[in-house]
Amino acid sequence: MTKTLYEKRFEHDACGIGAIVNIDGRKSHAVVDNALSIVEKLEHRAGKDASGKTGDGVGILVQISHTFFSKVAKEMHIDIGDSRDYGVGMFFFPNDRLKRNQARKMLELISQKEGIVFLGWREVPVHPEILGQKARDCMPKIMQCFLKRPEHLEKGLAFDRKLYAIRREFEQSNDNTYVASLSSRTIVYKGMFLVNQLRIFYPDLQDSDYQSAIALVHSRFSTNTNPSWDRAHPNRFILHNGEINTIRGNVDRMLAREETMVSPVMQDEIDKILPVVNVSGSDSAMLDNTLEFLVMNGVPLPLAVMILIPEPWSNDIDMDRAKRDMYHYYATMMEPWDGPAAILFSDGDTVGAVLDRNGLRPSRYYITDDNTLILSSEVGVLDIPAEKIVQKSRLQPGKMLLVDTKAKRIISDEECKMTFAKKQPYGEWLDRYLVRLEDLPLPNKKLEKLNQKDRDRLYKAFGYTYEEVKNAILPMAQNGSEPTASMGTDIPLAVLSENHQLLFNYFKQGFAQVTNPPIDAIREKIVTDTTVYVGSDGNLLQEKAENCRVLQIENPILSGNDLAKIKAMHKPGFKVETISILYFKNTPLARAIDRMCINCDRAYANGANIMILSDRGVDENHVAIPSLLAVSALEQHLVRTKKRTSVSVILESGEPRDVHQFATLLGYGARAVHPYLAHECIIELIEKGLLDKEYSAAVKDYNQAILKGIVKIASKMGISTLQSYQSAQIFEAIGIKESVIEEYFTNTVSRVGGIGLEEISEGIEWRHSHAFDPLGLGVDTTLDSIGIHQLRSGADKEDHMYSPEVIIALREAAWHNDYEKFKYYTSLVDNEKIPHTLRGLLQFNTDQVTPIPLEMVETEEEIVKRFKTGAMSYGSISQEAHECLAIAMNRIGGKSNSGEGGEKPERLGTERNSAIKQVASGRFGVTSEYLVSAKEIQIKMAQGAKPGEGGHLPGKKVYPWIAATRYSTPGVSLISPPPHHDVYSIEDLAQLIFDLKNANQKARISVKLVSEAGVGTVAAGVAKAGAQVILISGYDGGTGAAPQSSIYHAGLPWELGIAEAHQTLIQNGLRSRVILETDGKLMTGRDVAIACMLGAEEFGFATAPLMTLGCVMMRVCNLDTCPAGIATQNPELRKRFAGKPEYVINFMMMMARQLREIMASLGISKVEDLIGRSDLLSVRDQSITARQASVDLARVLVKANPSMQDKVHYDPLNSFDFELEKTLDMSVLLKKFMPHIKNQTPYSCSLDVSSTNRTLGTILGSEITRYHQKELPDDFYTVQAKGGGGQSFGAFIPQGLTIRLTGDSNDYFGKGLSGGKLVIAPDPKSRFKAEENIIIGNVALYGATSGKAFINGIAGERFAVRNSGAVAVVEGVGDHGCEYMTGGRVVILGRTGKNFAAGMSGGIAYVLDQDHDLYLRINKSMVSMSDVTNKQDITELYDLIASHVQETHSPKGQDILNHFTEVLPYFKKIIPDDYRQMLEKINELEQGMMDHEEAKLSAFYSLVNTQ
Amino acid sequence: MGKPTGFLEDIRMDNPSLAAASRITHFREFHQELTIEKRRIQGGRCMNCGVPFCQSAMVLNGRVSGCPLHNLIPEWNDEIYHGHLGHALSRLTKTNNFPEFTSRVCPALCEAACTCGQYGDPVAIRENEYSIIEHAFANGLIKPRKKSITTDKKIAIVGSGPAGLAAADRLNMRGHQVTVYERDDKAGGLLRYGIPNMKLEKQIIDRRIAIMEAEGVKFIYQTDIGKDISASQLLNDYDAVLLCGGAKQPRDLQVPGRDAKGIYFAVDFLSSTTRALKDGMLSGHYLSAKDKHVVIIGGGDTGNDCVATCVRHHAKSIIQLEMMPEPPETRRTDNPWPQYPNIKKTDYGQEEAITVYGSDPRIYETTVTEFIQNEKGKLTGVKTIQIKNGQPVPGSEKTLPADMVLIAAGFTGIETYISDAFQLPVNAHQTIETLNSGYATSVEKVFCCGDMRRGASLVVWAIAEGRACAKEVDAFLMDYTNMV
Repeated sequence: MTKTLYEKRFEHDACGIGAIVNIDGRKSHAVVDNALSIVEKLEHRAGKDASGKTGDGVGILVQISHTFFSKVAKEMHIDIGDSRDYGVGMFFFPNDRLKRNQARKMLELISQKEGIVFLGWREVPVHPEILGQKARDCMPKIMQCFLKRPEHLEKGLAFDRKLYAIRREFEQSNDNTYVASLSSRTIVYKGMFLVNQLRIFYPDLQDSDYQSAIALVHSRFSTNTNPSWDRAHPNRFILHNGEINTIRGNVDRMLAREETMVSPVMQDEIDKILPVVNVSGSDSAMLDNTLEFLVMNGVPLPLAVMILIPEPWSNDIDMDRAKRDMYHYYATMMEPWDGPAAILFSDGDTVGAVLDRNGLRPSRYYITDDNTLILSSEVGVLDIPAEKIVQKSRLQPGKMLLVDTKAKRIISDEECKMTFAKKQPYGEWLDRYLVRLEDLPLPNKKLEKLNQKDRDRLYKAFGYTYEEVKNAILPMAQNGSEPTASMGTDIPLAVLSENHQLLFNYFKQGFAQVTNPPIDAIREKIVTDTTVYVGSDGNLLQEKAENCRVLQIENPILSGNDLAKIKAMHKPGFKVETISILYFKNTPLARAIDRMCINCDRAYANGANIMILSDRGVDENHVAIPSLLAVSALEQHLVRTKKRTSVSVILESGEPRDVHQFATLLGYGARAVHPYLAHECIIELIEKGLLDKEYSAAVKDYNQAILKGIVKIASKMGISTLQSYQSAQIFEAIGIKESVIEEYFTNTVSRVGGIGLEEISEGIEWRHSHAFDPLGLGVDTTLDSIGIHQLRSGADKEDHMYSPEVIIALREAAWHNDYEKFKYYTSLVDNEKIPHTLRGLLQFNTDQVTPIPLEMVETEEEIVKRFKTGAMSYGSISQEAHECLAIAMNRIGGKSNSGEGGEKPERLGTERNSAIKQVASGRFGVTSEYLVSAKEIQIKMAQGAKPGEGGHLPGKKVYPWIAATRYSTPGVSLISPPPHHDVYSIEDLAQLIFDLKNANQKARISVKLVSEAGVGTVAAGVAKAGAQVILISGYDGGTGAAPQSSIYHAGLPWELGIAEAHQTLIQNGLRSRVILETDGKLMTGRDVAIACMLGAEEFGFATAPLMTLGCVMMRVCNLDTCPAGIATQNPELRKRFAGKPEYVINFMMMMARQLREIMASLGISKVEDLIGRSDLLSVRDQSITARQASVDLARVLVKANPSMQDKVHYDPLNSFDFELEKTLDMSVLLKKFMPHIKNQTPYSCSLDVSSTNRTLGTILGSEITRYHQKELPDDFYTVQAKGGGGQSFGAFIPQGLTIRLTGDSNDYFGKGLSGGKLVIAPDPKSRFKAEENIIIGNVALYGATSGKAFINGIAGERFAVRNSGAVAVVEGVGDHGCEYMTGGRVVILGRTGKNFAAGMSGGIAYVLDQDHDLYLRINKSMVSMSDVTNKQDITELYDLIASHVQETHSPKGQDILNHFTEVLPYFKKIIPDDYRQMLEKINELEQGMMDHEEAKLSAFYSLVNTQ
Repeated sequence: MGKPTGFLEDIRMDNPSLAAASRITHFREFHQELTIEKRRIQGGRCMNCGVPFCQSAMVLNGRVSGCPLHNLIPEWNDEIYHGHLGHALSRLTKTNNFPEFTSRVCPALCEAACTCGQYGDPVAIRENEYSIIEHAFANGLIKPRKKSITTDKKIAIVGSGPAGLAAADRLNMRGHQVTVYERDDKAGGLLRYGIPNMKLEKQIIDRRIAIMEAEGVKFIYQTDIGKDISASQLLNDYDAVLLCGGAKQPRDLQVPGRDAKGIYFAVDFLSSTTRALKDGMLSGHYLSAKDKHVVIIGGGDTGNDCVATCVRHHAKSIIQLEMMPEPPETRRTDNPWPQYPNIKKTDYGQEEAITVYGSDPRIYETTVTEFIQNEKGKLTGVKTIQIKNGQPVPGSEKTLPADMVLIAAGFTGIETYISDAFQLPVNAHQTIETLNSGYATSVEKVFCCGDMRRGASLVVWAIAEGRACAKEVDAFLMDYTNMV
C-alpha cells in the first residue's frame, strides 16, 4: 500500500511544564499533589484528539518514595532494603502475554548477568476506564520492577550507572518494551492522558505515602494525534518544552562521536550502551539520551546541560573570561543543540531548569517562605497566598537555575557556571592548542589565476548564467548583501525543467512555522555565531588540553588566501589532504564517487584529518562531481564509517555562487567552502570595469553577503549558530530518486522520486560539452541568458508560466469578459507538453465516470464564494488596486484579504472593506476595530515567497498615508519580526487563535501556512488549536520583496502541502473540523479542480487578478516603480492604474465556469463532492523527458480513508468549540456591562481571576468597539480584577475600557492594546519589593496601537515589542525590550535586559539607568541614547511617572517623584535616529505655518529625495 | 536595471536627422548620433521588465510584436546606461550577427512591444542598438575573429542576403568551410540594392563582408546557381547547400493599360538608382523620375523609399496611393499595447515630399483601375477609384497625371529557377516547403531559409532564419550541435 505524504518524523510537540522542589530536600506528598495540580491548570497547553477524550500525553518525574515503595514491597513480601538500596524500573510492556513474559525474562537475565539481584515485579495499579478510546487501545501493560543494589556500588550515581547499562542492554533486544525509567533515585509516571487523568490513572500518585521533595510535570501538545504512551514526557532526565531544530546534524555527529569518545568510567561497558541515541525517538528523547550518556560517563549534570545548550557567549563581550573559555573549549567538541527549549532536569538530588539562548519559552517561578520553588510555564497555576511568596522571578535566556536538595540551596546561574568554569584552565588550553585561521601564515606563493578563456569555459561547465553574474554575484560583491526580487517564481521545478538545472535546485529549504519560531539574525545578532571548527574533535568525556586542538574559522566562506593558508598549514595534530572530485568524462558517476571516498579513506589512514575536496582542473577530459553530491556523499560515508568527527571536509569548487548553494553545501556537511570561480568572476567584473571596487574588498563583501544569507537561512529554521546548521540537512528533495537519497543524502525527506545518477550525469555532460565542444568546434563562450527570474524568449530558455502570450491573453479575456479568449489563455497555461508543476503531470480520469450536463453543476455564483484574493497589504499595493480587489470580491461574495498593513478606518463597513483581515508578525494596524470588521481573521505564520522571514519596508516607501494606516511615522522604515512573538509553539498559536476569536466572535479564524515537509502534522496541530480555516500556500506564489534565494528555494509546491495536510487531517479524524484552502499560482480552472481533488475547498488567487488589473510582471514591486500603478505608492504612477472591479469579477466567474465544466465532465455536481477525490486523478501517460517520467506522484494521489463517519471536508457541526461561554467575559462581564454598553453609560465591576482565565476583557472590549463608533473617555468602563491573570490579559481592549489587576499576570499582557488602559500592581499583602520582582510575563503589549499600561513590577522579555502607539510605565524589563517599536512611549524605572531597542524605528523610551551601564545593553544600530534635557521631554516623563504612581501607588515611582531633580540625570532617552529626524523636519515645517498633514508629506518627500 | 525611475523622469530622444531640405540634396544617411551621455539616458529609460515583451516576437492579432531575434534588449540597455558599451556589444552580438543592418532598416518590432510604450514613448531600442554597433566599429571592437578549428565540412550558401550571411557567419565560426554564391556583383541581396542608401549606405555592407572574408568565408559573385553552376555540381562539391535566394517576385497590378511605358516595379527603380550612385552622387544611366509626375502604388516602407528617391530625382509631383484607410494617430482600443501599432507614421520620404511639394503625397483608400497611355504607349495618367470597406465607391473615380508609376505592392514569392534546379517543390505560398517546420528540404543535404522559405519579410526575420538554419545544418553535418 502506498504511503501517504505523512511521515512520523514530521511530528512536533510543545507543552506546558512545571516543577515543585522543596529546596531543603524535605519530602512530602504535598509536593506531588501540587505538581499534579499545576499540570491540571495547564490544560490549554495540552493537546487532545478530535474526540476530546484522549490527550497527547501527561507525566510526572518524582523521587522514588521510600515510604511508599517500602510499603508496597512489604505487601508483596519483597525486601527492598533501605532508601536507595534498590532501583525501580517503570516498564511499558506489550499486552501479548508471551511477548511480555519473554521481555520480563530478558530483564531478569540481564540483571543477573550484571550481578544485580532481581527482587521482583509489581503490577502497577491503574484505572484504564477513565481513558479515551484511543489511549486505551494502545495502552501498554505497566509494570514496575525492583533491583537490588550490590554492596560494592555506592548509592546514587554509581548504582544508577549500572542500572543504565542494564537498561541499555535490555533496550537493544526488546523493541516492544519501553522503559519509562530505571533508577534508584527517580521514577517517571506518564501516559496518554488529558491533564486531569494522570492523577486518577495512577493511584500510586494519590497515596499520601507517596512523598517526594522533587516533582517535575509535563503536559504535551502534539501536532498530531497519533501520539503514543512512550512519547509522553518526562524522559529519564529531562522534560522539554520546545524543539531541537538541529537534531539531524546533532544525532549524526553524536553517533559518529562514538568512535572518538573514550569513557573514563564506563569504557568496559561502552559496547552495551552504544548507540548513544535511539534514532527513532523524538528530538527531546534524543537530547535526553545524549544528556544521560554524558552524565553516566562522568560529566556533571549541570555541565552536561551547559555543553549541549550553551548560552550565547561568542558575541557577549560582557561575559566573564573564564566562562567564555569554558564555553569556547566545549564548542570545539560539541555543537549547540539549537532550538527553542525550556528544559527541566533532575537526577533525583538536584533539579535544574534552563532556557535556550533565545529565551523562546516562558518559565516563571516563585519561592515561598517554606523554601519551596514553584516553577512553571505560567504563574498563577497554584493558589498561594500573597504573603507566603518571598520572590517572584523568571528564567532568563541562556540562564540556568539549579536547586541542590542535598546542599539545601538554590545555586544561581552565575555561581553554578563559574564553579565549572574555574575547574580547569580552559583559557590556557585554548591558547596552547586552538589554531585560528587568521593566525596562520600566508605561504609565499602566488594564487592561481585563470585566463579569460578558461574562465569562460568554466562558467559554462558549471552552468553560470549572465543573470547570476549580473543579478547575484555583482550586487553581492558590490553591496555585501543578497539582492531582493519580487513576484515569486513561475518556472518549472528543477526536475521538470528542460535546462538541466543544477543539483542544488532540487533541494528546498525548510523553515520554522508554528511549532518553532524563526529568529531574527539581524536584530538579534547577539545570539548568533558563525564560527566553525575544523580538524578532529576531541574526547568529550575527558577534560584535557589537547581536546581543543582544532582550527577555528570565523567565516566558512573562504578566500583564496584562506584556503592557501590551510593547505600549507603545518601544525601538530593537523594533516591537510586535497582530494580531487574530478573524474574522466564518461566514467559512471557512482564509480567516481566511490573512488573519491576511497581516496578519502586512504588519506584518513595516512593521518589526514582535513580533507579539501577540489574540482580545480576541469578540462576537455575531466568533469567534476557536482559539489553538493560530492560533499554529501562523503559526509554520509564518514558518518557510516564513524569518522565524521575525526575528519573535517572543506570544499574548493567552481560551482557554488549563490546563497542557497552554499547553504546546501554547509547543510550537507562541508565545514567551509572556497568558491574560486565566483571569486574569479569578481576579478573579471573589476577588470572589465563593471565593478568599481578593490578586489579583496569586493571578495570580502561577497563572502559576507553569502554568510549573511546562510545565517538568514539558518535563522528561518530558528537556528542561531552555523556550527549547528552544518550537517543538519534541513532540506526536502524534490525530484531525486530514493536510491540516490538513501546512499548519498541519507535521511533527507524525498517523497516524489525523481532523477538518479544517470540523469545527474547527463546534466554534467550537457554543461561540459557547452564549455568544451567534444570535437573542438567553435562554441559561444559568452554567458547564456536563460531567464530564471526575468523571462527571456527563445530556444533553450526557462519556460515561465506567465509568458508574454499568457499575460496578454489573460488580460484581454478579463477585460472583454471573453470566455473563448479565457480558454485560449488556459490552454497556454495547461499545455501538457511543458509541465511546470507537479499538477502539470496529472490528468483527470474520465474513464470510469459518467459526465453530467453542465446545468446540474453548482452555479458559478455559488462557487466563487470559495474564492479569495491573496494577502497583499495596503502599502505593498496602491489604494486603488487594494480597494478594487475588495470591491470585486465583496460584490461576488468571495473574500479579499487586507494583507498585513492594516486598513483605513473609513473603509471598514463599506464595500471597500476587506473581508479577511490579516494578523501578521508586524501587527500593523491590528486594532480592535480592524478585527471586529473582519469576516475572517487570518494569522499569517509564513508567506510563500519568503517563509520564515520578516519584512523590512524601507522608509522611502512609508508614504504618509501608509504610515497612518500602520500607526507609524512617514519616512521611517518598518520591520516585521520573523516570528510572531506570541507564537513560538503550537500551544502559543492556540492562544493567539483564542485571543482573536475573543476579539471577534463572529469571524472565523484562519491560519496561513506554507507548504513544506511536515505541514500536515502542523495543520493537524493547528486544527487542534481551534483554527477554522487552514491555508496551505505554495512556495511559488507571492508578490512583495524577498531575497532571491527564498523565492526559489524555500518551501514546497502546494500540491504536496495540501495533499499532506488533507491526508494527515483525515488520519487524525480532524479533517471535518477545518476548511482547507490553498493558493500559489492557481491560474486555471484545472488548477482549482486539482487543488480541490487533493483536498482544498477554498482557493486563493493573487497574481492572476493583478494581471487583470494591468500587472505585466515587471517584478519591480520592491522598487516602488510599478508602471501599472499597482505595486506602488508613487502618485504619478498610481494615476496610471486602469483596473476595474469588473475585470476581477470576470476572471473569477470564468475560473468558476471552467471548474464547472471540469466537474461536469467528471460527473460531479457539487464542489463539496470533489474535495479529496484524488482517485479521479492520474499521472499523464506521456511525459516529455526521462527526467519528468522519473517523478512518482503515488504518495500525493493516495486517497486517505477516513475512519468512521468523519467527512472529508469541512462540517460546521464538527467545528472546534472554544467554549467562550465559559469565559469570565461571557459568563460575568458581558452580563453586567452589556446594558451599559448599549445605553452608553459608564460602569465598573470587580472580579477574581486565575491563570486559566485567559484573554480577559477582550470580548468585552470587542462589544464596546462594536457599539461605540466614537471615542470614549478614559475609565468609562472599569474592571477591577484580583488574582493571577492568565495569558493575553486585556488583549486588544479599546479606548474607554480600563482593567486593573491586583496580583500578577502571564505572557502577552496587553497584547494589541487598542486604546484601553491596563493597570497592574502586586497584592498589598506581598512581602517582596514590587520593583524587584516579576509581575507580568514575556511579550507584553505586543503590537499595541494605542492605550496605556502601568505596571508596578518587572516585565519579562520583549516588553512592548512592535508597540506602535501605547504608553507604558514599567519598573524593569527583560531582554529585547522595545524591539521593533515604531511609536508610543515607554518609561522603564529599572534595569533592562540585553539588546534593548533592537530594530526600534519609532517612539521614545525613557530608562532609569542608575548604574550607567545601559549603554552595554542597547542595540545601537537604529537608535541613539541621550540625557533627558529637553523641557518637553522632562514634562512628559514626569507626567507619566505621576500617572503611574496615581494608578499603581508604586513606591519606587513615588520615590522618584519625590526626588525628581536628583534622579533625572540618571534617566536616558532612547530615540530612533530616523524617527527623530522626521519629527524634527515635520516640526520645522509646522513652525513654518504648514498644517500637520501637509508638513508630514513635505517632510516625507524631502527625506526621500535626500536618500 | 540601470535606472529604476528612468522611464518616469527621462523622455525619449531620437537621433536628430538633418533637415529635409538639406538631406534631399544627397543620398547619404542623415541621422546624427546622440552624445554618449544622452545615449546613456536613453538606455536608462529601459525598465528591465520581468517579462520583456520587446524580445518576445509574439503573434497578436495576426502581427508579430517583439524582436524575432529575441535580442537581449534589457541587458544591453542596462550596459548602455552604465557606460559599458563593450559589454553591450557582446550581449547584442550574442543574438544578432548584423546589428548594423537591423539598427538601420528594422521597423523595430521591439519598440512596438516595449512596456514603456504602454504609457508613453517606448525606449529608443533601435537607435540604442545602432549606437552600440557603430561605437564598436568606430573603436575597433569589431575585428575578424579566429576560428578555433576548421572542419572538413564544406557548405555552399546560395544568396548573400541577410539570411545567407547570418548562416554563413555562424557556420564559419563554428569551424566549417563556407562559400557564399551571389548572382549580383556584390553581396547583400536586398540590403545592397533593394534598400536606398539613405537608410543603409553600402560601405556598411562592405565593411561586414570584409570581416567575414577575413574570417574565412568565401564569396563568389556573379554566379547564378541553376544557371552558371548546376545544382548537381553544387551537391557534388559540398556537404550541405543552403538556399537563401529570397522571394523577389514582385506583385503586379493587372489593370488595363499595364503595358504602358513608364511603369516599373519599385525594387527595380530603387536598385537602378543605387547602382548608379558613385560616391553618393548619381551618375550614368538609371531610371529617373526627374520632372515627372510620379504615382507610387503601395503605402509601405518600399513605397516611402520610392518617394524619397523620387524627391532626390526632382520629380515634378509625387502621389502615393494606399488601398487601406488612413490609420489613426494613436492606437485604437482594438489595437492595444503590445500589439503592433497600426498608426499613421510619416516616414522620412513623406516628410521630405511634404517639405518640397507642400503636401502629403499619400492618398488613402484608393486604388488604380486603369493606366492611361498615349498613342506612343507612353504612360500619361492613372485612373483611380476610392475603396471603402473593400468595395469601390461609385462616382469616386479620378484621373491623375502620371509619367511614371512605381509599383510597390510587395512580393508574391520566389523566383523558381533555383528551386527548379534542385527539383524542390514550391508550395501555395510560392515558397520552398521545408520539413517539420525546420530548414531541411525534401532533397538530402539541401536546406532553405530566409524569404525563400518564409516569404518576403523583414531583415530581422531573415537573420533569425539564417541563424536557426545554421544550427540545423551543423547538427546534420556533425550528428550533434552545441550551437545556441
